[in-house]
Amino acid sequence: MLLIECPHCGPRDETEYQYGGEAHVAYPEDPSQLSDKEWAEYLFYRNNPKGLIAERWAHAVGCRRWFNVVRDTVTYEIKAVYRIGEPKPEIGGVK
Amino acid sequence: MAEQLLTDTTALRRSPLAHLAQQMHEQTVTGERGVALREIPFLTMVGIRVAPGTPAADAVAAAAGMPLPTGHGRVTGTAGATAILWIGPDEFLLVGPEGVGPAEIGPAGSDLRAAGSDDAGTAAGLARALGTEPGQAVDLSANRTTLELSGPSARAVLEKSCHLDLHPRAFAVGTAVATTLGPVQVLLWRTEELTWRIMPRASFAEYTARWLLDGMTEFASPEVP
Ligand SMILES: [Zn+2]
Repeated sequence: MLLIECPHCGPRDETEYQYGGEAHVAYPEDPSQLSDKEWAEYLFYRNNPKGLIAERWAHAVGCRRWFNVVRDTVTYEIKAVYRIGEPKPEIGGVK
Repeated sequence: MAEQLLTDTTALRRSPLAHLAQQMHEQTVTGERGVALREIPFLTMVGIRVAPGTPAADAVAAAAGMPLPTGHGRVTGTAGATAILWIGPDEFLLVGPEGVGPAEIGPAGSDLRAAGSDDAGTAAGLARALGTEPGQAVDLSANRTTLELSGPSARAVLEKSCHLDLHPRAFAVGTAVATTLGPVQVLLWRTEELTWRIMPRASFAEYTARWLLDGMTEFASPEVP
């Protein structure tokens, strides 16, 4: 069980949260200009690193707010937690 | 010829746990290991959405007669009368006595801000205080019901299925949080040293009450050494 630190409520069990996939995937400026391939890449293609990834979580049963987490996919260690709108912290040279 | 004689519709209300009132009463445990469960039905609950530090927040606080709580776990006001619970960074829940709820609100779509003046602490009163400032005050009284668990063993009953640290050093009197009890999302509010309010949504109320009654059962027997 992961212990995730909600930026508003503090540490809570993983079961209180909902996972939201990779963070910082920008919505296309003008989706109608995209090719099918580009649209599919926006919708479905995500990084799958062995190591650090920034991802979205929601404190579903608590304050119900979305926030971002930097997690190590190998160790499951959570390296950083930051609010929506805040820049991704630089950790260990990973952008 | 049928006549409309019913003027007080509150007589038709059924609280979500009315059918378990007797059973909850019968399972009261007294003495050193005592614990009791009861429903406090029909409390007024108003969902408030305002950004702290804005004119909207100030207006709502003034209308409610108390400041908005400033962070996780915090509560302003008093459980016995009217209180405001922190739910999220811009979300609060006003909990007050029965009787200042939906009846004051009017039919869907009616102008809440045109309601009467004797409605301080109701959704209508708060919405009117909000005026044209960005925000929201909505009556949610039927969303959750309130269970009160009390007695020396109350914390032990909760600790069976709540993952939070409920020791007084971490969860003082006057703390309220949104979390889970077993699989059920609830608001958990410590109103006194040995008294807790558990507020599940109405459709989860029976499950929650039976869950707690099951957790209380062992305390009716002597402690197993
Ligand atoms: Zn939270």
